[in-house]
Amino acid sequence: MTSTDQTTAGAAAAPETPAPPRQNQILKEIFGGSAMISFLAIILALIFGGLLIVLTDPVVQQTSAYFFSRPGDTFVAIAEAVGGAYAALFRGSVFNYLRADEFGAAIRPLTESLTNATPLIAAGLGVALAFRVGLFNIGGRGQILIAAAAAGYVGAYVPMPPVIHLIVALVVGLIGGALWGGLVGLLKARTGAHEVIVTIMLNYIAFYLISFLLRTPGALQAPGQSNPRSGPMLETAVFPKIAGEEYNLNIGFILVIVATIYVWYLLNRSAMGFQFRAVGENPHAARVAGINVERTYITVMVIAGALVGLAGVQQALGNFTGGIAAGLDAGIGFDAITVALLGRSKPIGVFFAGILFGALKAGAVTMQAAEGIPVDIVLVVQSFIVLFIAAPPLVRALFRLPTPDPLFHWRKPQLARKAEVTK
Amino acid sequence: MKLELRGITKRFGALTANDHIDLVVQPGEIHCLLGENGAGKSTLMNVLYGLYRADEGEILLDDQVQKFEGPGDAMNAGIGMVHQHFMLIPVFTVAENVMLGNENTKAGGVLDLEAARTKVREISARFGFDIDPDAKIEDLPVGVQQRVEIIKALSRDAKVLVFDEPTAVLTPQETDELMDIMRQLKDEGTAIVFITHKLREVREVADRITVIRLGKVVGEAEPSATNAELASLMVGRAVSLTVDKADAAPGDDALVVSELTVTDHVGQVLVDNVSFTLKRGEILCVAGVQGNGQTELTEAIMGLQHRVLGSIVLDGTELVGQSTRGVLDSGVGFVPEDRTEDGLVGEFTIAENLMLDRYTSEPFVKAGTLQLDALARFAAEKVTEFDVRAQGIATKVGRLSGGNQQKVVLARELSRELRLFIAAQPTRGLDVGSIEFVHKRIVATRDAGVPVIVVSTELDEVTALADRIAVMYRGRIIGIVPGDTPRDVLGLMMAGETPSEVAA
Repeated sequence: MTSTDQTTAGAAAAPETPAPPRQNQILKEIFGGSAMISFLAIILALIFGGLLIVLTDPVVQQTSAYFFSRPGDTFVAIAEAVGGAYAALFRGSVFNYLRADEFGAAIRPLTESLTNATPLIAAGLGVALAFRVGLFNIGGRGQILIAAAAAGYVGAYVPMPPVIHLIVALVVGLIGGALWGGLVGLLKARTGAHEVIVTIMLNYIAFYLISFLLRTPGALQAPGQSNPRSGPMLETAVFPKIAGEEYNLNIGFILVIVATIYVWYLLNRSAMGFQFRAVGENPHAARVAGINVERTYITVMVIAGALVGLAGVQQALGNFTGGIAAGLDAGIGFDAITVALLGRSKPIGVFFAGILFGALKAGAVTMQAAEGIPVDIVLVVQSFIVLFIAAPPLVRALFRLPTPDPLFHWRKPQLARKAEVTK
Repeated sequence: MKLELRGITKRFGALTANDHIDLVVQPGEIHCLLGENGAGKSTLMNVLYGLYRADEGEILLDDQVQKFEGPGDAMNAGIGMVHQHFMLIPVFTVAENVMLGNENTKAGGVLDLEAARTKVREISARFGFDIDPDAKIEDLPVGVQQRVEIIKALSRDAKVLVFDEPTAVLTPQETDELMDIMRQLKDEGTAIVFITHKLREVREVADRITVIRLGKVVGEAEPSATNAELASLMVGRAVSLTVDKADAAPGDDALVVSELTVTDHVGQVLVDNVSFTLKRGEILCVAGVQGNGQTELTEAIMGLQHRVLGSIVLDGTELVGQSTRGVLDSGVGFVPEDRTEDGLVGEFTIAENLMLDRYTSEPFVKAGTLQLDALARFAAEKVTEFDVRAQGIATKVGRLSGGNQQKVVLARELSRELRLFIAAQPTRGLDVGSIEFVHKRIVATRDAGVPVIVVSTELDEVTALADRIAVMYRGRIIGIVPGDTPRDVLGLMMAGETPSEVAA
């Protein structure tokens, strides 16, 4: 019986030292995959998405009925179905070449993609940052809702001079998200509660709290209304557009670029980030090195909550300026997990993963309109991406990539690990 | 049964862990496999036990070529293994553990526990073990747990028995008893492979010795060879086994520990009313079998234990109640006993690990921002000074060997202004060459006038380094004796007895 076991056992029982559970190791392997795996996962997901398009396409089904007499027809149909679908996806998300004559209209899809990407990147950064400290933040939805409600209240009901109003609403929103996130860190540090359970439960609490406030006159509900919806944002609090009035792209995107740079600096160049990473990689060693692990959990969840909160503020002051509703999260809280996963929990990676997911969201609409392919196909492609990233050995096998260095097992060889469990 | 390994080669990528290794073990023979950590002993045994598939070469039992797909095949063929980390389930009884993986059932799938109990009693009787088949593993002392492992192997009619570093967890007395068991097994005709890096044990029981270095057999030796001969064969150069140190020149009292008691979260006493004084320029070794409160004692000093009574005063400053940060800032350097778990962050580079507990102030941090240039210069300097063998300062510490990892920890802790240096198990798992280096640095620290506490379970290390020795047993200090106290006296003290000359 070594002392390590005693410390671990003691840590599990004593609330002072919440050690990350073993499953976080597995998550870490998933989140820490190589850029190559992420890229190949996207390719594979698009291939499998194409397969689904082929299988559900009515023309392909018709032509395959007489496949053996005229196989060419089937192949043409397949090519048309897949080619058409992905061409539409491209037109809807990057550049509409059918309207190349008018540059302003042709480039509109790209601005839509970036607009969609804005909250995804912000929330993805929040999830990724927490993850680098070994915390799995599934509370994106709750943090978004609280931040949006806080920013929305100030934006809709507290008149202030221009510019100041916007800044106050933004800051209040970020504080809302920070508090909701910090609460998770506090509970984990003080009681040892697992952050996954806590964040999931806080999602419900936030949702029903906001629903209640939206139905309560004098709270968030618009005066004289019976819908569970706030009043519209005042002009002074709305995020200004940055690419001209005809595009939706607003200042939120700039804020997200700043946030990305900030998180990069925080993790890679700051003393605080050094402690974050040390706690995330090895909380035991961090503790022995004098780092207050519990306080780190609280700090990182405050910052992560504020980052996710930025997504909520963007929703309230940028996208749903007509008034916030309980559904404004629109799945961003959970998509953020996928974005962080695809971005390998690195700020720059999250930024581009967010843009990819924003583009898929934007393109899906065009795909449905132009080719009649259900929007769900894009969701399937997204899901496939997650699936492949979560199973790196599968991707390596499909592309015949070499397995990573087998001698590099810092966390003790499998055998020793098993022995520890039995001791 | 005769075991023969022919030309076993095992590669991991570019690294050849075993390079055409030949080994013959006759029935009724204890064959020692001697080598430094990372020499390839464990890889070889994992190949033998079916855990790895060899790239080349074959395994023969009684001249029959064997094909092992997994440990199950190896066990069926008559190979048993007593692992360094016991493969026992703590909440199961002895009998249940012995039958695990080889369960006999009665009609209707009911476990035949009685058969297992009989087997345990029968084997126990044969070797004079006194083991209750219905005792739970977690209630048994470590030495007895090891016997359960042996019984488990023998219950499957193992004719070849591999002991992988079996003495690491035992007291000197338990080690002697294990040696007796091994001799008895040998007399019954069992072929025994004994893996170790402790020279004294090798010379005591081995019939033949094979030395492995860097994955190759570098020589065979007779048990009559001297320690120095064996060590130089193992390391590939002449090594000094004794630590050159001048007599201590102790100064004033630096550390005063009085009536220190540490309890765990259920109120169990881990350190029991311990008091001692440490002078500047003196090495106090804390000896004792693993798990007798030494770990908790060092953790209490470092502010890593939460339920601490009593006082620890370093140069007039009370340490009890301070945070770990505060203790480090008071000038305490600490080498934790589990370096991979508590001393280093494996995913961090050498440079990052060198600033792991210095993230608050200059030279590495200015205005909350890391000073990467200053860190790089510092790291390059320390890597040279402490002879850390790595490709560069950006190498991840997890990729270094144990010895180099420990040098990184030492480099970090010894490059601050120290007023107390604590090294727990500083050479555990290190090769002979690294041990030499670590010991030299510890003595140099003492000679610089720093009070030093070394916690070690290895008597060789204790007697080599100590100016004074404190022996711990069940959380108490049994006695503090001079550094030249004979081994057998220390051994008795480690088992909880207070010899008359000590008591006087």
